[in-house]
Amino acid sequence: MKHYSDLEFLRLSKGQRIGYKIGSFFYGIPRAIAGLFIKLWNLLKAAGLTVVREIQDICATFVKGDWKTKISFVIMGFGSLARGQALRGLLFLLFEVVFIGYMVVAGGHWLSLLPSLGKLGPTSEYNLVLDTYTTVYHDNSFKILLYGVLTIFFIIAFIYTWRVNVKQNKISEQILRSGKKLKGSKDDLRSMVDENFHATLLALPMTGIMVFTVMPIVFMVLVAFTNYDGAHNGFSNNLFTWVGLDNFNTLLSWSAGSGGGQSYSATFGEILVWTLIWAFLATFTNYFLGMGVAMMINKKGIRLKKMWRTILVMTVAIPQFISLLYVGKMFARNGLINLSLLNLGWIKEPLPFWENPTWARISVIVINIWVGIPYLMLITTGILMNIPADLYESARIDGANAWQQYRKITLPYMLFITGPYLLTSFTGNMNNFNVIYLLTGGAPTNPAASGAAGSVGYTDLLITWLFKITTGAESQYYLASVVGIMVFVVVAFISLVVYNVLPSIKNEEDYQ
Amino acid sequence: MNEKRHMGLRTLNRISNTTIYILLIIISVIWLLPFIFIVLQSFRVESTYQVGYVIPHEWGLQNYINLWNSDFKRWYLNTFIIALASAVLITVIQLCMSYTLSRFRFKLRGPMMRFMLILGMFPGMLTMIILYRVLSDLGLTQANAVPGLILVGVASSGMGYYVSKGFFDTIPKSLDEAARVDGATRFQVLYKIILPLAKPIVIYTILTAFMGPWGDFVFARYVAFGTSSGYNVAVGMYSWLTNDQIARMYTTFCAGGVIVAVPVTVLFLCLQKYYVEGVTGGAVKG
Repeated sequence: MKHYSDLEFLRLSKGQRIGYKIGSFFYGIPRAIAGLFIKLWNLLKAAGLTVVREIQDICATFVKGDWKTKISFVIMGFGSLARGQALRGLLFLLFEVVFIGYMVVAGGHWLSLLPSLGKLGPTSEYNLVLDTYTTVYHDNSFKILLYGVLTIFFIIAFIYTWRVNVKQNKISEQILRSGKKLKGSKDDLRSMVDENFHATLLALPMTGIMVFTVMPIVFMVLVAFTNYDGAHNGFSNNLFTWVGLDNFNTLLSWSAGSGGGQSYSATFGEILVWTLIWAFLATFTNYFLGMGVAMMINKKGIRLKKMWRTILVMTVAIPQFISLLYVGKMFARNGLINLSLLNLGWIKEPLPFWENPTWARISVIVINIWVGIPYLMLITTGILMNIPADLYESARIDGANAWQQYRKITLPYMLFITGPYLLTSFTGNMNNFNVIYLLTGGAPTNPAASGAAGSVGYTDLLITWLFKITTGAESQYYLASVVGIMVFVVVAFISLVVYNVLPSIKNEEDYQ
Repeated sequence: MNEKRHMGLRTLNRISNTTIYILLIIISVIWLLPFIFIVLQSFRVESTYQVGYVIPHEWGLQNYINLWNSDFKRWYLNTFIIALASAVLITVIQLCMSYTLSRFRFKLRGPMMRFMLILGMFPGMLTMIILYRVLSDLGLTQANAVPGLILVGVASSGMGYYVSKGFFDTIPKSLDEAARVDGATRFQVLYKIILPLAKPIVIYTILTAFMGPWGDFVFARYVAFGTSSGYNVAVGMYSWLTNDQIARMYTTFCAGGVIVAVPVTVLFLCLQKYYVEGVTGGAVKG
């Protein structure tokens, strides 16, 4: 595609300009994707180089180091202890002892079972004391996978600590060689609230994230490669085991699901398309209408600004489950709206807000506007007030009408400032569980998708489908995990592409 | 001629202002009506199911009495405990996180932030299954759901550091440096200089952390499933609107909604200023 310079661009007609912008947006996408892969490759290369350099450094430390350093390779912290840094040395030593102890007592066991996820499921055995057959539990796939993952985390932490230990020795030797004194335990403690304060502050939050976010995500990603479900729950009925890429095949294959009807991939595709449409509409209807309301309240000459704002803000405070559940029931077949309209004689039949697929989809979007506008109004109000007033004044002197002012000043400014917010809001809406689940629960049911797990409905997003899969009678956790990975892939893809394309759009629409 | 044009502009302005007032009134009505309906229906005693009119034929406090006699007290207490604990602990965690990421430049800072950005792209719902199993091994589910929910909520709260980091970024670094030159440790800088300045964001964080649990639904339901004494208000009241209960419990739900919404809303309106600051700042800095 031909690239225009700024001057050439200005010479184009209006239609050509729009065409050029759209064209260059799509033209930019493949390049952005290619750029991504190049970045990824560079990252891998850099990582590889780092590993090589680290190993070289470790070898050099061993060869050049004194006997204290050499012993520290086996007994961690020995060098620090021998050089009078008691606290550090003891911590290193303690960590090593705990690690070896754990590996001997439990870690090795879990690790050895990880490749098979358990050999023997529960068996029925004769119990002499009770004189009857009882179930005896043996391996537990769930625990094997969980503790296996934990053990691997632990090993990585150990290798890292060992590396730090080696580096410590090298640095200590250098300091001693240059004739300076090493830091004592007291200095170490003091540094925790001073130069190493960041480590102190981050210790607790990062531990929480590691244990309650990272570890579960790793676990669930691994589940996608197993057959973990209600019938293979890993402890009380059957063990589960690795199945490779089978689950991805199931989700993406064209053959029909177990209960007949359309294939998984068709169902998945339908839900994905609706999820994207929903996210797009939910984000932009809220954005523009919220901005509109904010502009109306902000307009010069409108009184009681504070009151209008407070009325809308109040609705932000009320917990969503109350407002969503209530409004959801209000539009139900026998809800307030339908009953009132019937009473008034305006309709003969209840309106199918939640029964007809199209009605239901429109209803969730409209109600989402009701939920979202106050929030957007708040966000945009602050930004609108920051737009320099003289921009509008000079525009007015030049004879620009209200629409032109909006189109040329307000909108570019807003888009520029809130670009990143729009992206997060889009991905947030893709995973907007509450609005869909509390309003419709995914209804009305899609009969064509009956073969897929969970009862798929027309308003189901990927995220609500995922939830249904895990809570239904069959509880196909492995499938939920695959869907979750797909959601991640879609979100990551959109974010990366938008971030890579965004700057070019920004530059074109730059306001000064 | 000029005079005429001026007059024309003025009438135009008046017309547009009137239109805006009309629109604003309509908007206010649409936004407030459902809540007015909830309040009105919570005082309706002649029937407990959905009806086709708004103003009760017979007023009374029966629904609130029902509420008092149900498990609602327990749910409310549960939610209140979770909200209070979250408000304290989440605030501490998030401030630690955001202050560090805003102020310190250390080797792992960039990779850490990128890592958390990527983590945030995984649907959180996915981790519910395993978190449930882990909590259940620790004995923190069903009747003991409250500590379990606090633990999980607090432990993963570090990821939501964006808004307060944006705020800390706006406090000039020269303040820190001046104090450091005067011999203050990093801890003293945080405690004596930054914290007093960060009051708005502290209040914002407390407010959002306190309000979150009142609407916490999915995970709370998963963890406490089937045991009423472990429910929070959202999970408990959701069960009243299921198909087999709605005919009996609809108006009670409305009464419960009022009891839940009023304190939270009052608190929110009192601290509105800080909330608006936080939300606006957060959106601008992304």
